[in-house]
Parts: sequence; C-alpha cells; structure tokens
Amino acid sequence: MSAPAAVQPAARPSVPRYWMDREGILGPVMLLPVVVYIVALVGFPLVLALIYSFSDVTVGDQTINWVGFETFSQAMANPTFRLALRNTLLFTLISQIVVLVLGNILALVLSADFPGKRLVRFLILLPWTTPIALGVIGWLWLLDGLYSPIDALLRMIGLLGPDTLFGPGRNMLWLAQPDTAQISVVLVHVWRTLPLATVILLAGLTAIPQDLRDAANVDGAGFFRQLVYIRIPLLLPIMAVAVLYGIVFTFTDMTVVYLLTRGGPPVDSTQVLASWAYFKGIEGGNLAEGAATAVFLFPALAGVAALMLRMARRAETN
Amino acid sequence: MAAVETRNLTKQFDQVKAVDGIDLVCEDGEFLVLLGPSGCGKTTLLRMIGGLEAPTGGEIVIGGQDVTKLPPRARKIAMVFQSYALYPHMTVYNNIAFPLKAQKMAKPEQQERVTWAASILGIDHLMDRKPRQLSGGQRQRVALARALVREPNVFLLDEPLSNLDAQRRASARDELQQFQRRVATTTIYVTHDQVEAMGMGDRIAVMDQGRIRQLGTPADIYNQPADVFVATFVGSPPMNLVPTPDGSLLLGFRPEHFFRHEGPAADGLKTFPFHVHREEYLGAERLYYGEIGETRVVARFPVTATTTAPPGDTYPFAVHDRDVRMFDAKTGERTDLVAVT
Amino acid sequence: MEGQRSLGAWAAIYATAGFFVLFAALPFAWMILTIFKQDSDLYVAANNPFVYNLPPTTDHLGYLFSDTLYLTFVRNTLIVAILVVIITVIASVPAAYSLTRLAGRWGEGLGIGIFLVYLVPPTLLFIPLSRVVSDLGLKNTIWSMVLVYPSFTIPFCTWLLMGFLKSVPWDIEEQAMIDGYSRLGAIVRTVLPISVPGILTVVVFSFALTLHEFVYALAFVSSSQSKTLSTGVTTELIRGDVFFWQSLMAAAAIVALPVALLYNFFLDRFIAGFTLGAVKG
Repeated sequence: MSAPAAVQPAARPSVPRYWMDREGILGPVMLLPVVVYIVALVGFPLVLALIYSFSDVTVGDQTINWVGFETFSQAMANPTFRLALRNTLLFTLISQIVVLVLGNILALVLSADFPGKRLVRFLILLPWTTPIALGVIGWLWLLDGLYSPIDALLRMIGLLGPDTLFGPGRNMLWLAQPDTAQISVVLVHVWRTLPLATVILLAGLTAIPQDLRDAANVDGAGFFRQLVYIRIPLLLPIMAVAVLYGIVFTFTDMTVVYLLTRGGPPVDSTQVLASWAYFKGIEGGNLAEGAATAVFLFPALAGVAALMLRMARRAETN
Repeated sequence: MAAVETRNLTKQFDQVKAVDGIDLVCEDGEFLVLLGPSGCGKTTLLRMIGGLEAPTGGEIVIGGQDVTKLPPRARKIAMVFQSYALYPHMTVYNNIAFPLKAQKMAKPEQQERVTWAASILGIDHLMDRKPRQLSGGQRQRVALARALVREPNVFLLDEPLSNLDAQRRASARDELQQFQRRVATTTIYVTHDQVEAMGMGDRIAVMDQGRIRQLGTPADIYNQPADVFVATFVGSPPMNLVPTPDGSLLLGFRPEHFFRHEGPAADGLKTFPFHVHREEYLGAERLYYGEIGETRVVARFPVTATTTAPPGDTYPFAVHDRDVRMFDAKTGERTDLVAVT
Repeated sequence: MEGQRSLGAWAAIYATAGFFVLFAALPFAWMILTIFKQDSDLYVAANNPFVYNLPPTTDHLGYLFSDTLYLTFVRNTLIVAILVVIITVIASVPAAYSLTRLAGRWGEGLGIGIFLVYLVPPTLLFIPLSRVVSDLGLKNTIWSMVLVYPSFTIPFCTWLLMGFLKSVPWDIEEQAMIDGYSRLGAIVRTVLPISVPGILTVVVFSFALTLHEFVYALAFVSSSQSKTLSTGVTTELIRGDVFFWQSLMAAAAIVALPVALLYNFFLDRFIAGFTLGAVKG
C-alpha cells in the first residue's frame, strides 16, 4: 500500500496499560464519587437522624445518650406536635386534591392549540420555576393585613366591608386568623405544585397515540366520551406520578409555613412537621426532639418511593 | 494483512449460547461472509473478533497473534457498523482522520492519508460536511474511508448495506467488492441477505444457533448444501425437500431443476406427479407453486421455456438424479456427501 | 378538529387559560407593580392599590443595590451555584455513563435507587447535617452549601443524564474504540461532545435547584455576609417587623424571571426525567 504503515508496538503490551478499557474497573470507579456523596451526605445523616431521635442530644450537650423511645413519646405528648401532624396531613391531602382537579383541567386546555399558548405556558410555570422562598414573599405581600390587593378587590365588588358577606372589617387579615391562615398555606401549596402536576399530565396527554384519538373520532365519540373512556383511563398512571411529586413536595415542606405564618397565628395553628422540627431542633436547640419529629416524614416518603418504583417497573415493561 | 482465526470461540448470554464453539479460519486477503438469520450469532462473532465483546471461552488469533484479551484498539482492525456510526459532531474530514489522531500521527501526514482514502471512495468533495448532511450512500463511503485510512489488518463489516434502498444496494455491492479486491485486505462481512453473500463472498460461512452449518464457496453452498438448514436458507425460493416413500430420507432439488417431463421414466431421471395451485409471473421467470403428495414444492421455469403448467391440474414433472441431494430425514444432514471442498 | 372549533370552545379555552394565568402570575404582577411605587403611594390604605396614584419611582430599586447586601447575596449565590454545578457534572456524568453502559442489568435498578434519593427531603436531614457542617468548621460559610447541595442535585441529574445517554447509540463509542481509543478516550472524544445538550440540561437544573434551596441555607448560615438569595432576601430585607416591600419585591422578581426563562428551554427534558421515562416529554 502506498501510505506508510502506522507504528504499533510489536510486543504484546502488558495488561495494566489497558485498565482504561476494563469495564470491571472503569464501571465502579466512575460510579464511586456519586456513591460516596450519597452515602456520606444522605445515608449517614439519615442514620444520624435516627440515632438522634433515640437519644437526648441537644445543641448544649452533644453527647449521645441512648434513651429508647422516650424522645418520641416526649415529642408525641406535645399538643403542638399532634397539631403539626394533623396540619401536615390535611394540607397535603386538600392541596393535592385541588391540584389534581385543576391540573387536569389546565392540562386539557394546554393540550389544545391556540395562539399565545407558549406565553400562557411560560406564565403558568412561573410558580414552579421561581425559588420557593421568593414566591412565598410575593404571597406574603399579596395577603398583607393592611394593603392586600385581594381585599381591595373584594371591597370593590362588595364582598368585604360593612354589611357584606365577609364581614364588617376593611381587611380579611388573611394571616392573622387561624382558619384563613390555614387556607392561605394550602392556597400557596396549590399555587406552587400545580405547574409541575400540569406539565406532567400534559406530557401524558400528548403521549396518547394520535391514531387512538383518530379512531375515537371516526367512531363518533364526542369530547366527553373520549375524556371518560380514553383520556382519563390512559392518564391514570401519569396522574399518580404527578400526585406523588405533589405529595412529596408538600408533605416535607417547611418554607411556606416558615415564611408565611412562622407557624402561627397566634402560635402554632399552621405548624407542620417540618417547620416544627426546625423550630424545635434548630431554633430551640433540642436536636433529639427535632430529629424525632422529622423522622415522622419518613413513612410517607417510603410509601411514595415504593409507589414510584412500581411505576418505574411498569414503565420499563411497556 | 493478516489471517483471522477463531478457536473454539464461545459466547454465553445468560443461559443462551449466542456463539457455540466456533472454529473458523479467514485467509489473508479473503472476503469471508457470515450469513445467517437474525439471532444466529453472526454479529456476536464479529463483535468478538473486533474486541467489543469478551468471549466466554476460546481464542481469537489475528495475524498470528493471540488478541483474545486485547482491547479493540490493540487489534489493528477496522469496522463498519450497520448504522455507519459516523461521529455526528465532526466533519467528514475529521471523521476520516479520527483513527489517525488516535495514533498521534503528524498533521501533514494525516492530511495526505485522509485525501488518499477519500479519493479511493470518491468523496473528496464532501470533506467539510457534517454526517447529517449526507445521503445514505455517502455515509457508507465515509465509513469505508474511515475504515481504510489507517490500513488495518482486517475489515469487519456489519450489514453495511442494509440501510440503503434496493437500487442503491445493487451498485454498492459492486463498489464494495471492487474496493475490497483493490485494497486486498482480509474482510469479514456479516449479512442476513443471501444475495449479498452469494454475490460478494470468496467464501460463505452459513450460521445458525451459534454454530457454523457450512463453510464454502458460494457455489458449494448453493449446489452442495451440507444440511437441510443450508438448503432451505440459501436460494429463493428455497430447495424443495420431498420425503422418500419410507420416510427415512429427504430428496432435495432446486426449483430450477424441476421440469415438466412427458413420456416414460428414463434412466437418471426421477419423476413426480406435481399438482399446481398457482402460477407467479416474474418477468424473467415463472414460478409454479403446488404439491407432490402432501409436500409443498416450487418449480421455476425460465422465460425461455416453452412449456407451461396452468394451475388446477396435475402434471408429470421430473428432476435429474445429478441434481438431487439427499438428507437424513431425522438429523437433516447430507447422506450422499461426496468430497466437498 | 382544530379548524372547526366553535366560538364557545375558543371562549372556554381562553377563559380557562386566563383564569390560570391570573392565579399563577398574580404574585409576580403584583411584585412588579409594587417595585416602582413611592412610599406615600403604597402605604395609604385609602388609595386604589391597582394604579400608580403618584408617579412611579426607581428609588427602591436603587436602595436594593446600594444600601443592602443584595449584591453580596447574588455573589454568594452565584459562587455556590457554579461550584455545585461543577461538582454535580463531574460526579454525575461518569456515574450516568457507568450505569447505562457498564453496569449491565442492575444499572437501571441502581439508577432508580439513586433517583429516589432525590425524594429524601432536606427537612429530614437538616438537623444531623447542621451538626456535620459545624463539626467540619463550615458553619456560617458558603462552603457548607457547596458541600451539601450536590447531595440533592447529583441524584436527579444522574437520572436525567441516564435518560439522555440511553438515546446515544452505542455504535459511536464502539467505533471510537475500534478506531484506536481506549474506553475512556472514546467517552471523552465522542460521548461527551454528543451529550452536550444533556449536560447543559443538568447544568441548568442543578443551578436552579441551588437557587431554590432554602432549608439548608437557613439552618447552616446565620451570618448576613454568607447568606444566599433565598435566605438573604427573606430575612435581611425584613428588619424586625419592618418590610421594605418595594425592594423586597424587586429582589424576588429580578431572580424569578430569568430562572423561569431558563427553565422553559429545558422543560421537556425535565419532565421526561420526572416521569421516569414513562412519558417522553
């Protein structure tokens, strides 16, 4: 051949030169940093959280004394803990039911083509893309005791003020009364988890094969028949995924309560497990009780994780 | 230039033996085709020779060197994948130069070699394009140029024509074979298409279920099939297989050897009553589908034949003894095998 | 179907979309309206709050940048985010490759396991982690966040990249190995360049997750100089009970809108990750 031959070592090279080709070595080595990170900063703290909750450790006295279930019974004996547990469950349940209903409606609208859809999608996603803390600050101002524009609107349409539906005062004082404060917390949760649920549902809707819809159209099935017999049954698995995320993000959240109501008003009426764990563990310095409170988040998460795994397995078999 | 040899090569995936103890020698400069249905192990065999798959057992020898434990880059081979596997983020030039960069070859020399390879394949004018801007045929040539550029000991080709349309494929067969003759590099070519195998291979290895059923020239494979599998896999329509009255043997004969024969049985001639169901007119030839007893049989008449056999009737047909191959009805092996090269 | 939509259907679509847009964007609209109001306009309860009763002003925007630690928060956030992004990419790209290409059958299972780690919330870990952080001497420094944040960015990003790598044909890197490169060389020269869009997705996502984080930042850092946007804006711009609303709203809006734009570009990929591949976004 015309071109010069390539230079290659004539002797058989020793094996170590080829470690970069050995899958048995390369595989674990490339995975190692992630495993180390997860073990050190998720696994280890998780174990530490469990150890804390069976001890009496505080910020002042960091020695870990084993006290069995005493910390748990102490935490559970506190009426605020029970209120926080109830609130956590209730806020999650109500907000996610609302999200499921609204998310489906919104996804259905967004699955249609109409001018301005991209802008609508961008605006609807805002609550999810904005850092939670900053979004909540926005709501804090919207629900302000004196200057809330919602109150102003209610006054304008005659629902607030003397001799009206919502009472004689000029303001609703959303965050100053237990029931309206609770409603506000749920509202903010709906606001910030709705976008993710919607886009997940939307992805599910667009994944329904076009020929299935065509077939239904040819068969003369109307909008609502298609909805009930085709879209909703096919969407059920993806609805489950959407709701599972909503549950995780609502159940374990403390940011909304911490910034919106600080657990009040007047004290603890909107407290949730995560915020209560923070107030106890970090601000109160009782690490053991804070950890024990947070551990109650775990069963719900394990349940959600198990469901996720089932979904994943089904996705694989499809 | 180098011969390729596999010794008792085995690959096991879970419980399945994809390649089951293959001994194969591909001579220096030979064009060897691995032919078989999908899942027969031909691609796995090729990938093991290339070093992309580690064998479960056995050895691979290229140019007299045991390369079984060496990674692909130490084997001095080139491979063309079914997808052509062009690097989508590189220009045609950089695609072809890529193997040379691996050798840390000097830039001017690289350029010289790339130009040389590109001119052989006639793609000089495409150097600045990205793969997505090329047609299927152009992609195939770029892949070949990239394989050629560093003058490997062996070409490994994995169904390189299957992504081309039917018309383009015929001319690509021709080009590919001429190209191989010209560079005279040992080539192992995997395909499931018997037309490619017959038309291009110096020798064909017919594979099934991880084993080589027969290794021989295209003429051997077609005329002297080693067993029932080869007889029916090669040839379209396949060889007719008619059981003998005692059921111990199968008589095999090609459709083109089966002709209408009026008059008495003669020496060196086997006659059958052939009931014709259907005629297929294909321009250059006609096919008659029907049955001998219970067995489905096809006859092929060239366009030049003057006789016909209109469907719906039974006709006396015959085949010359010299065109009949005999197979054991149980094992499927040839029983009349004379020395096959 | 689309062509023959009735007037009623159009009205229903726009009315519903309008309602949801109002709900989603209300806080932001209110933020932007507030930013430019004078104190003597904003804090008069009798005023119509929906209009400017006095001329708009940029005083409060100026105040935010000149008289608060806002720029410090921005700088801290950027430093943390960039370092977290680097750590995340360095860790999760090789891991995702290992899981999709080298690990065989249990790779997918392990990948899902790693993804599930993403669901472990900060609120479950912040108490023990704050102890870990102070033992390491990182309390009240931005390094505490640099260290801990990858623990939630890595799992999801590894999962996202796995989905991406599965769509890169194996042929390409095998070809590179045939062409004379080691497995590692093939990854660097072919898989990485082809995966740039996937890596970009991961960069954006881990950047956004860092911006979003609040709980760890609150628990680890209490000195003003080391705070990031999410904790700095919400604690430092509120003195006691005094809220600097215009500046506060400006601080939030300035961050929220660019992040939202970035998110939109990569939305489909995020969704494919969130739905575990059950739906191609």
